[in-house]
Amino acid sequence: MTADPDDADLDHLIAAAGLLELDIRPEWRDGVRANLRTTLAMGRQVATFPLPDEAEPAPVFVA
Amino acid sequence: MTTDPWASAAAITRAVADGGATAAGVADAALAVIARRNPALNAFTAVTAERARARAAALDRDVAAGRPVGPLAGVPFAVKNLFDVAGLPTLAGSRINRDRPAATADATLVARLEAAGAVLVGALNMGEYAYDFTGENVHDGASRNPHDRACMTGGSSGGSGGAVAGGLVPLALGSDTNGSIRVPASLCGLFGLKPTYGRLSRAGTFPFAASLDHLGALARSTEDLALAYDAMAGHDPADPVCQDRVAEPVFSVLAEGANGLRIAILGGHFQRGATPAALAALQACAAALGVTREIEFPEAARARAAAYVITASEGAALHLGRLATRAGEFDPAVRDRLLAGALIPAAMVVQAQKFRRWYREHVLHLFATVDLVLAPATPCAAPLIGQQSFVLDSVELPVRPNLGIYTQPISFIGLPVVAVPVPQTGGLPIGVQVIAAPWREAACLRVAAALERLGVAYAPRPPMED
Repeated sequence: MTADPDDADLDHLIAAAGLLELDIRPEWRDGVRANLRTTLAMGRQVATFPLPDEAEPAPVFVA
Repeated sequence: MTTDPWASAAAITRAVADGGATAAGVADAALAVIARRNPALNAFTAVTAERARARAAALDRDVAAGRPVGPLAGVPFAVKNLFDVAGLPTLAGSRINRDRPAATADATLVARLEAAGAVLVGALNMGEYAYDFTGENVHDGASRNPHDRACMTGGSSGGSGGAVAGGLVPLALGSDTNGSIRVPASLCGLFGLKPTYGRLSRAGTFPFAASLDHLGALARSTEDLALAYDAMAGHDPADPVCQDRVAEPVFSVLAEGANGLRIAILGGHFQRGATPAALAALQACAAALGVTREIEFPEAARARAAAYVITASEGAALHLGRLATRAGEFDPAVRDRLLAGALIPAAMVVQAQKFRRWYREHVLHLFATVDLVLAPATPCAAPLIGQQSFVLDSVELPVRPNLGIYTQPISFIGLPVVAVPVPQTGGLPIGVQVIAAPWREAACLRVAAALERLGVAYAPRPPMED
């Protein structure tokens, strides 16, 4: 996946939806692609932020 | 006075408690206003008239017998239809949930308000599964803004905004995962309280993104918000997130105002892209309070991005089964967002949760030098219903996800907020967020009350003909 995915890149992800038993109909693809593009851009914005290896996620499990 | 649709909860409960009005009379008046105005506003999806009349009659018997009635005696209220109401299916704005059996018990907060004497009159329209900032709904139709019915209420607690701003009820409950109380409060000209994450019980409500979900209230005054909050606060073991803390009543401290509180306005992300109306409202509040200091929350835009990713992922996980079997029955705009959320790499979601802790620590550090911060609630006043895009910071963006750009970085770390309404001359109202460190709801409400007393923040009465 590139930093600025084109439709073909996104369709690789959409093709994996079947693994989750999701059926993305052809007429829904434009909408799903648009949302994937936005959400992945948000995810990259977060993923590129330098955090120490020791960083804990916000929710902390308590046994 | 109490049959006036604009009567406050505080005025109603005083009148009912001292015999100046009956709860039955107040309930009948509210039901009549709902019948007249709801066709234009589309705020209610169910009206619980029989239940309301029975509850009101019981209250009147208590008053007549000299038994004590609660601090919300006779106050009509309604709830976003993701709250369980015994006898109704919990729709959460969806078509799919209409197939669920009716709830057998009320949500904790509904039960607590009724225990304080309030009278439930119905359930309210909302964006499907709360994944919405517009107040639009393809199944039930859009909630309409009482100040201009061609405009959005904001969402996802759109019916809650429309019902209170339209004078149908003085008090409504909503949920706020990323801004769904504060956005409709801003667009409808209301006070909205989103308490600290973990403060109010979410038991008996339909979830959205569990690590971000909050419940709260919308009203036309800080006094009414405080009455409702005090009645709802308290530990509830039925919600594992709800913290067991000593009750910290807020109604009794409202008069303390902003005295002794250090306040700043938020710059950077929280002003970028704001329309002149949003900035004018912010400046009006700051000027009234004598605030000149400006600070920035570090990485606020990235916090908004992280909230966006977590919401998409947690929302998709919640709905995965329904997406697999009934995807065609979702609102298409919600379905496409959830399907995309199901495909986001898990590593991005975990990184967002790690960033969340980093951001929380840095923001809490700032609260060592300031008690409250002010920020716009929305970048603009109410857009038109159906409007797909707007321009923020010279960039054309879709309306639906971007009305919450200033609310998301706040709820992301669970800070308490009161959105206060600032009427605009010749325009629609717009809100300002009054934000504090965790568990300091009282400080938010004190400053909101001060702005109300100063005449800067108030709920404008819309032009509603009956």
